[in-house]
Formats: sequence, C-alpha cells, structure tokens
Amino acid sequence: MAFSDNIRGIYQAQIKQLRDAGIFKQERFIHSSQAADIEVEFPTGSSVKKVINMCANNYLGLSSHPDVVKSAHEGLDKRGYGMSSVRFICGTQDIHRELEEKVTKFLGTEATILFPSCMDANAGVFEAILTADDVMISDRLVHASIVDGIRLCSAPHDTFKHSNMEHLESKLQLHSDKRVRVVITDGVFSMDGDTAKLDEMAVLCEKYDSLLFVDDSHASGFIGKTGRGTHEKCGVVGRIDIITTTFGKALGGASGGCVSGRRELVEMCRQKARPYLFSNTIAPVVVSGVLRVLDILSQSTERRDKLEKNTEYWRKGLTEAGFVLKEGDTPIVPVMLFNAKLSQDVSRDLYDLGIYAIGFFFPVVPQGQARIRTQISAGHEIHHLDEALDAFTKVGKKYNILGKTKQEIIDMYGA
Amino acid sequence: MDDMREVVLKYVIQEYLEEGDDDINYDSPLISSGTVDSFSMVSLKRFLENKYKISIPDDKATPEAFDSVNKIVTLVKQYL
Repeated sequence: MAFSDNIRGIYQAQIKQLRDAGIFKQERFIHSSQAADIEVEFPTGSSVKKVINMCANNYLGLSSHPDVVKSAHEGLDKRGYGMSSVRFICGTQDIHRELEEKVTKFLGTEATILFPSCMDANAGVFEAILTADDVMISDRLVHASIVDGIRLCSAPHDTFKHSNMEHLESKLQLHSDKRVRVVITDGVFSMDGDTAKLDEMAVLCEKYDSLLFVDDSHASGFIGKTGRGTHEKCGVVGRIDIITTTFGKALGGASGGCVSGRRELVEMCRQKARPYLFSNTIAPVVVSGVLRVLDILSQSTERRDKLEKNTEYWRKGLTEAGFVLKEGDTPIVPVMLFNAKLSQDVSRDLYDLGIYAIGFFFPVVPQGQARIRTQISAGHEIHHLDEALDAFTKVGKKYNILGKTKQEIIDMYGA
Repeated sequence: MDDMREVVLKYVIQEYLEEGDDDINYDSPLISSGTVDSFSMVSLKRFLENKYKISIPDDKATPEAFDSVNKIVTLVKQYL
C-alpha cells in the first residue's frame, strides 16, 4: 500500500497542527443561490439557517441576477457546455473573442486575453513578459495570487512599503540598470479596502520608464464614476500597462479572469502564458453570463451608484455605533478587533443573530490586526444593513468595545 | 563589527519597519518573524554587496542566514 500508516500519520500530524494553531479552515455550505439573503448549514450537519450575507464579493448583486442567469441559459443552449480543448487547438468560440473585445472597451485598454481565473492570469503574466534581465517591484501587500506569479517568474523581485511612493521611487532608482521594470500593485487592497495611488504611480512609472501593473479584481465594475475600476477613479485610464481582473466577484461572480492592457504584452501572454496554453478557458455558459453583465454595466451606473450609497450608509452606521474601522471609501469595510480570538467570538455571535461575517486574523492579516471584514453589495437593501447594524451593535455592547479606541480594545483583549 | 551591526540594523529599520512596529535589536528574527519577507531579501542582499563591495553567492543568501542582524554580519564577514 503506497499510502502507508507512516505516511498517513505525517499528514494527520500536519492537519492537527493547523487545528491546534486555530488556522484550520472549514467550509460553510450554502443551500441557496448567492445573494444578500442566504441559507447556510453551519456547523456541518446542523439545520439550515437564514442569514444576511455580509462577506461576499458580490459587490453589484449580479451573481443571481435574472438577466445574467437567462443569458447563461441561452449560452448553454447555443454554444454547449464545454470546449474539451485549450484555446489554441479548438477551444476558442466567437463569444470568447466577443468577450475579449468587450472587456477591452470596458476597461479602456488596447487588448485583452481571457484566463480560467484571475489567479491564473496573475500566475501566467509575469513569466510571459519578463526575463532574468528585468525586475518586478511590488507593493508589500499585493494579493497572494500575484505573489505566486512572481515566484513562477525568472526575473528578480523587490518590494516597496505599502503605498509608500518615496520608497517606490527609491526602488525604481535602485533598479534603473534593468531592461524592464514592472511596478505591481492591487487596485483596491482586499484586506484593508484601501485604494492604490495609481495617479502618483503612473507619474513615477513614466518618469522611470517602467511598466505599471494593477490587479483590479476588487474594483472592476464599481470603482470609478462609471465602474471601470481604480484607474478611472484615479484619472489614469489608458496609462496602466497591464490590468488583471476577475469575473468571479462583481462581474457576475462565476469564474474566469483576464489580462488586459498593451497589445504587445497581451500578445506575449497568448504566445507564452502557461495557464492560458495548458488549460481550458472560461466555459461558454460563463462567457455568456459575463457578456450580459458588461451590457448591464455599460447601459447604466445604477448598481454601482446604489453600492456607493449602501457603503456610505454602512460606514456611517458602524462609526456612529462606535466601532473602529479601517478608513476608506470602498465596499470593503474592515471592523477592527485586533485580537484573533475576539474576531472569532464576534463572528460566531453575529452568526447566532443572523449575520454572516467572517473574522480574519494572522497569518491572513498581520499579527495584532484581527478584524471582521464586511463587504457591501448593491444587492443589500437598507433593511439588510439596519438588521446587520443592530446585530453588530448588540455584539459590540456584549464585548464592551463600542466607543473604545484601538489601544483600549488591545488593553482589554490583547493583540 | 559594531559599526557594521549598526549600519545593517539602521538599514533594516529604515527599509522594512513600518510606523508603529515594535523596535528590533541585533538578534530579532527578521525573516522567520515576517519583518522582512523572503522576496525583500533581494534589496537587502544588493545593499550589502554594494556597501561592502562583496558578492554573496545566491545559495548562501538563505532566509536562515538573513534571519537576524547578527547572522547577516557573520555572513558578510565571510566575503570581505
């Protein structure tokens, strides 16, 4: 037997270590479609409970939108279920080309290539466009998928302090001897909800002849006046060389991602990016859904406007209740609790009150910065937010953290 | 030795610590504590090589060898 007791014991010990360290992850089973109101089975085996979802990336509330579902059905009927091929053999349909063209127009770039996910886009893009003569310079808080892409690339790598433009400039000077420099950042950072200073970064990249890369997964569809993304908000549409983004969050929430940007860089991905070359692309049913999502968003800004209003309402409510929040104006609203156990206790109590919001703690966020990350959606109505505010306030009172400063909370619970 | 320790400590503080971070000393773990992520070792290695006019082979620039100011100084001295 290959999987001997000895080998099984090794993995059982590793799993036990994760449990003992309190970082063992457990799925919660949802028995409904994704929306503001969901039905959840948690713990596993318990009866299903109706809760308000405050932790989905369903920013625009399009995950179960009837028009998107209808288009997906039509796509399934007209183009079938699967392609059974990678893109460059016989896995490309007319609708894949159509989606690439629509994304290019939506983001205001030169060209786009689809990937099975944004994780795959980030994993493939750097190795496709860089060599050992180049350098990647990334913000220290970029998403894990970018970190993986950097690891897979032969170019050397350096970092700059989070959103620190002076530090970035010193790194651009340090690496001025390299053939190509790429500055890498998230548009909106997923854990803190803050926005990259793309206007300043674009100026620096132009000054030091560097490429600018932005992962806009937590921005595409709703950040900026017409929801084009962080580059629209910062007034630098057309000045970002590479944008990666996902269709798995605001843009329908199913799956898939892309690299969009300079024509030559996209072409290099088509020739060399391994997740594109060696994996099927997005299924026709999903492509059809995303095409409809982009139509909806191009016709009206109603959903992103509602999201903006909901976010303001939610931030104001939590602030008035006396919680410590991470500052910002995106729909990612972290409620800071600092202590890991407190974040788990608050999450559990909220769930008991019908509010689904998850606690994050080290190593997902830095030590001493445990929090409940709430995420607002255009699918939320005011009554959802009021119910959630009521529950947060009750739980906040229970733990005596309302109106307390960071230091006072740390003094009570530790960091 | 003391001079070098001071120079490296000062560089690490300036380069890697954020406002509000705890102070570090010559023996504070850098890589294993997450103060310096393993990617950021590139600039630290480059700084040491430029400053002391040395070349540290890639296979010697390990996370273990870079894990405290004292360990870094020991490593650098091997190539002076």
